[in-house]
Amino acid sequence: MWDYSEKVKEHFFAPRNAGAVDGANAVGDVGSLSCGDALRLTLKVDPESETILDAGFQTFGCGSAIASSSALTEIIKGMNIDAALQVSNQDIADYLDGLPPEKMHCSVMGREALQAAVANYRGEEWVDDHEEGALICKCFAVDAVMIEETIRANDLSTVEEVTNYTKAGGGCSACHEGIEEILMKVMDERGETFDPTAVAGEIKKPTSGLTNLQRMKRIEELLEEIRPNLQRDHGDVELVEVDGKYIYVKMIGACAGCQMASTTLGGIQQHLAEGLGEFIQVLPAEELARRAAMGA
Amino acid sequence: MADGIYLDNNATTMVAPEVVEAMLPFFTEQFGNPSSLHQFGDKVGRALKKARKQVQALLGAEHDSEIIFTSCGTESDSTAILSALKAQPERKEIITTVVEHPAVLTLCEQLEKDGYIVHYLKVDKRGRLDIQEYYDLLSDQVAIVSVMWANNESGTLFPVEEMAEMARSAGVMFHTDAVQAVGKLPIDLKETGIDMLSLSGHKLHAPKGIGVLYLRRGVRFRPLLRGGHQERGRRAGTENATSIVGLGKACEMASEAMEFEKSFVRAMRDRLEQGILSQVSHCFVTGDPNNRLPNTCNIAFEYIEGEAILLLLNKMGIAASSGSACTSGSLEPSHVMRAMDIPFTAAHGSVRFSLSRYNTMEEIERVIEAVPPIVEQLRQLSPYWADGGPVEEPEKAFAPKYA
Repeated sequence: MWDYSEKVKEHFFAPRNAGAVDGANAVGDVGSLSCGDALRLTLKVDPESETILDAGFQTFGCGSAIASSSALTEIIKGMNIDAALQVSNQDIADYLDGLPPEKMHCSVMGREALQAAVANYRGEEWVDDHEEGALICKCFAVDAVMIEETIRANDLSTVEEVTNYTKAGGGCSACHEGIEEILMKVMDERGETFDPTAVAGEIKKPTSGLTNLQRMKRIEELLEEIRPNLQRDHGDVELVEVDGKYIYVKMIGACAGCQMASTTLGGIQQHLAEGLGEFIQVLPAEELARRAAMGA
Repeated sequence: MADGIYLDNNATTMVAPEVVEAMLPFFTEQFGNPSSLHQFGDKVGRALKKARKQVQALLGAEHDSEIIFTSCGTESDSTAILSALKAQPERKEIITTVVEHPAVLTLCEQLEKDGYIVHYLKVDKRGRLDIQEYYDLLSDQVAIVSVMWANNESGTLFPVEEMAEMARSAGVMFHTDAVQAVGKLPIDLKETGIDMLSLSGHKLHAPKGIGVLYLRRGVRFRPLLRGGHQERGRRAGTENATSIVGLGKACEMASEAMEFEKSFVRAMRDRLEQGILSQVSHCFVTGDPNNRLPNTCNIAFEYIEGEAILLLLNKMGIAASSGSACTSGSLEPSHVMRAMDIPFTAAHGSVRFSLSRYNTMEEIERVIEAVPPIVEQLRQLSPYWADGGPVEEPEKAFAPKYA
């Protein structure tokens, strides 16, 4: 059911460095709360050079947990422990040609086992700095704890904001209900009510801030800019009327009755909208007559 | 089955060749809309009538109008529960169990958010209910009881007939999700107090995408889907005629195969179980072995994990399923295993073998041969295991920091 890469399968079916290392002087025991898998990493570190001479794993877990453990031992063997500590969970996942988002925590478990083993070697107590919650967004592998903390830290109040900060919900949208529930909970804590119709941040009002006369002149200027293109095709355009967001133009010359007229109008509309910085609609002059006739 | 050994029949079943044959004409020449007056529709309408009778016969329903065709077991469950709430708005409580299928559990969790009170009956270590607890909860506040007939993971049977009688005495509607039981156990609904029952076609060798809600005559009902007059207005939407015909045939075949399920399928299951238990140490059967479906056997292999077992089985062409967290798609360990208080190190390694009448004893022998080396191989990798046995005091010897 999981879409495992060939590399993951290979490391699962034929794991490298399985079992405890003889004469190990570093042990890291960690487990993953999100799925219950657990891993013991044993290392033999050369006290002089602090090089990892040998590494072995014992894993109670699924296919990708075993493959991640196997990959980890392959990556770190021969490394200096300081260099090994730089190995990230993404490195483990990359080594395996990727893991399904739901299974990324297997690679996290590998990295944590390494940190725990090095701490054990140095006689330190390993403290985990990472809390994992239920996976909410499967597209971008974002869990509930991450979302909750981000909402709290940044006073977020809409799904859109959560997406902007965490990426959660930016894909298939199936988790929006789950994100809304977290928003409700956190907002309730700070005495607010979640409003599903609220919009993220301020929306820019679509006006150009020009006087009517300035706006007309600007429209004329913008039409001048594209006129050469039309004239090259032996056509032209003439401004007929400006009525709020409706701008009526007359296509002349070769443009009149051209099959591409509506495409051309679309192009003109885009150019005017961008130039004016507001939403407008460009319509053919015939439309003006039709609307007048209908009393609209 | 030519390729591989399929022991995952509680997940879904092969469509019986006879069922496929019965369905084929309804893709081509019999394409009419059963609601139409002309000959194209009329023939299909008659076929649906026959299928309804076939389902009625398997369930032992008193009237064929008590059979409502739906799209799946989940739809039947939702229809039953939501109908009971809608028809009795003054009643705000629901009784169900902690081990129901997500089709019922997830709906109930949502209903809790909407303000309903849901009572989840607990189970003991063998997956059995406390009937006294159930009896004490029945009141005129309860809109509906929804309790599965047979558990999909362990195969454990609940005494739904007895529970339905108790509900009836208390004036409470009773629904059972029987998708795992229908076709595997003799059922005679007219002799029970069951008001509503869900079944799913693909669990009994009919295709996916067809289900049934049995609705006892006289039980107050509110449709989930309103629209046309199909299913007497109780489930609008043009009938899935082809699949309904297939389900009818499958029900007829299930009636005929009932004795075979009870004897031969059970014998294969028992042989499989005994064959594995006698060779593999530190494993046990979950659920209630004396009171379960004849086709289901759920074995917990200690100190190893289910997905890893399934991947290795799959490599040998053997299909089964697991209650391990990693095979659930949600990473949640099986709520059924947790509810039975199965130790963590065993629940993770639970494997469900579910048989059908299409399996053979020869296949079973091959599985019995395949399982022990796989378990051994994974235990070699396990931090709880050393020198051919679990380490001493495994939970103390290996106590990882969980993060």
